[in-house]
Amino acid sequence: MSAYCGQFHDELIANATYIGTPGKGILAADESTGTIGKRLASINVENVEENRRGLRELLFCTPGALQYLSGVILFEETLYQKTADGKLFVEVLKEGGVLPGIKVDKGTIELAGTNGETTTQGHDDLGKRCKKYYEAGARFAKWRAVLKISANEPSQLSIDANANGLARYAIICQENGLVPIVEPEILVDGPHDIAKCAEVTERVLAACYKALNDHHVLLEGSLLKPNMVTPGSESKKVSPQVVAEHTVRALQRTVPAAVPAIVFLSGGQSEEEATLNLNAMNKLQGKKPWSLSFSFGRALQQSTLKAWAGKEENVEKARTAFLARCKANSEATLGTYKGDAARGEGVSESLHVKDYKY
Amino acid sequence: MSAFVGKYADELIQTAKYIATPGKGILAADESTGTIGKRLSSINVENTEPNRQALRELLFTTFDALPYLSGVILFEETLYQKTSAGKPFVDVLADNKVIPGIKVDKGIVDLAGTNGETTTQGFDSLGARCQQYYKAGARFAKWRAVLKIGPTEPSELAIQQNAQGLARYAIICQENGLVPIVEPEILTDGDHDIKKCAAVTETVLAAVYKALNDHHVLLEGTLLKPNMVTPGSDSPKVAPAVVAEYTVGALRRTVPPAVPGIVFLSGGQSEEEATLNLNAMNKLGVLKPWTLSFSFGRALQQSTIKKWSGKKENVPSAQAGFLTRCKANSEATLGKYAGGAADAAASESLYVKDYKY
Repeated sequence: MSAYCGQFHDELIANATYIGTPGKGILAADESTGTIGKRLASINVENVEENRRGLRELLFCTPGALQYLSGVILFEETLYQKTADGKLFVEVLKEGGVLPGIKVDKGTIELAGTNGETTTQGHDDLGKRCKKYYEAGARFAKWRAVLKISANEPSQLSIDANANGLARYAIICQENGLVPIVEPEILVDGPHDIAKCAEVTERVLAACYKALNDHHVLLEGSLLKPNMVTPGSESKKVSPQVVAEHTVRALQRTVPAAVPAIVFLSGGQSEEEATLNLNAMNKLQGKKPWSLSFSFGRALQQSTLKAWAGKEENVEKARTAFLARCKANSEATLGTYKGDAARGEGVSESLHVKDYKY
Repeated sequence: MSAFVGKYADELIQTAKYIATPGKGILAADESTGTIGKRLSSINVENTEPNRQALRELLFTTFDALPYLSGVILFEETLYQKTSAGKPFVDVLADNKVIPGIKVDKGIVDLAGTNGETTTQGFDSLGARCQQYYKAGARFAKWRAVLKIGPTEPSELAIQQNAQGLARYAIICQENGLVPIVEPEILTDGDHDIKKCAAVTETVLAAVYKALNDHHVLLEGTLLKPNMVTPGSDSPKVAPAVVAEYTVGALRRTVPPAVPGIVFLSGGQSEEEATLNLNAMNKLGVLKPWTLSFSFGRALQQSTIKKWSGKKENVPSAQAGFLTRCKANSEATLGKYAGGAADAAASESLYVKDYKY
């Protein structure tokens, strides 16, 4: 058999295609309890279940925002949470035409003998967990692999281990009805230039797609969540046009046309930067047989969080900020973003955290 | 460095793009001396240099056909041959905007310990040879790797060796100014169904593109020459629309968009079959980020050679037949072939079991 053709074949293709609808993208709201704790701490909010729930309700119930989203990635706790009125979040999303997704990896662990490189764990009983998540309403999943650029990195071991891990995760998801988002994030940390990032991105993506083929993953029922190709964090910035050219070229050289959509991670980019780069990619002339969209976490929520500051009276203001970012990124997927959403507070603030740990 | 960016990078990209022009394709006229001998003997013509020269002159001076060709693959001998009026073939082609290409492999050899699987040789001094061919006017090259489908074939060894060989050949070509046509032919021999052919084609192409990436090949300056995805030769035939669906599906799963064009080999298909299948692919309403065209040998020449039969007085009618096939395939690259170019000869299967070049 070349690719998976089990009971979920048609559904996987339909869902992956839907997520790639032009004008829509993904909200990555799957911060683990530890990570969301850092966000809440930054606005002096206590990391308790009610506050985590309150934040997600703020986002998911923003009037008019869901039309710009095709999916939301959730953390396991959130999959089972409800609005203050008692309605399951997954129901709210479904009614708004948004597919619920679920983060299924269990974080990164070090690869012995390397210089701080990692692989991702979470394969044990993954099939059983996916089944459960499907029953709870999830229709796609996400698994984050992490690589870094340095003098001797990424090593062949790191590339092979992470590519294989992603492929194994992907086929298990498909066997259980979840569209796998394949995320091989190459961290932006470092003084390297954009050419180096492009080279590494191409090597890593080529390895990923070879592994996906080896594991019989149905590409038409999968998505890619890569880093954009940019200079390192300690290097001079370049224009969105240059980011777009290098990124699209790297994808043309490695991502088969069967993949319906590519949904970029924002890394440490500011909200506005991420939107401008995505917009430039969609304006670029050239072969793009997959749609190019977003799967942003920080780059969709940063100014919203700041505006909320954990206070009920700020919810409306926070929702206005969130809606503005959603709309901006929707326009960016169509190449029509004109930059007017940049007036919000904090949108140009870099979100780069060195050696970022989720 | 991700992809090779030597002094020929821009030229390679330009050439590959030109060869992939919609409405045009490649004539594979690179039969080795031994192979062309078989063709000539089938029409009772002696395998001498003047006869080989005469056949190629017949083809290359069918001037009305040349607009339908973006390239012609030549055997080394032909690269240096001239028309009877003394004009080098490469000049005749270049004058008519047809790019000369050159076969650079030296045939296949058995892989010990396998069940008749092979790898392709020709690496020794390949760089120097490419330089020489470039000087003689060639601007693209071709290297044929062969795999087969069987109970335990293709083996992992055969896939790896042939993928590595193609990648190594490809980068050496690019270092020396020639656009490499990457040809991983999976033979039709066998009783397997079309799904099996699709699965094997996808596995092989995935390995090929991983190897090309490993070897830093500039994909924008290459072309792919794959088999179409069809049932095995001992299996019932299917409609062109089915061949098209499986073939394009396999390519969408494996061939990066950076590759400008895919030029199919015809294998043992009849002239008409090959044209109808190519046409169906170009009519398919699914997104195809590379052009789909032809690089046909037998499927462009079969009826022409028959009509010629080595006789000067037959040249005009042979050329008329050649023009018909070129035009038909040109239309097929645009999805506009309406049929009707097939006479009995064009419908004759060209399948030879366990075909050896």
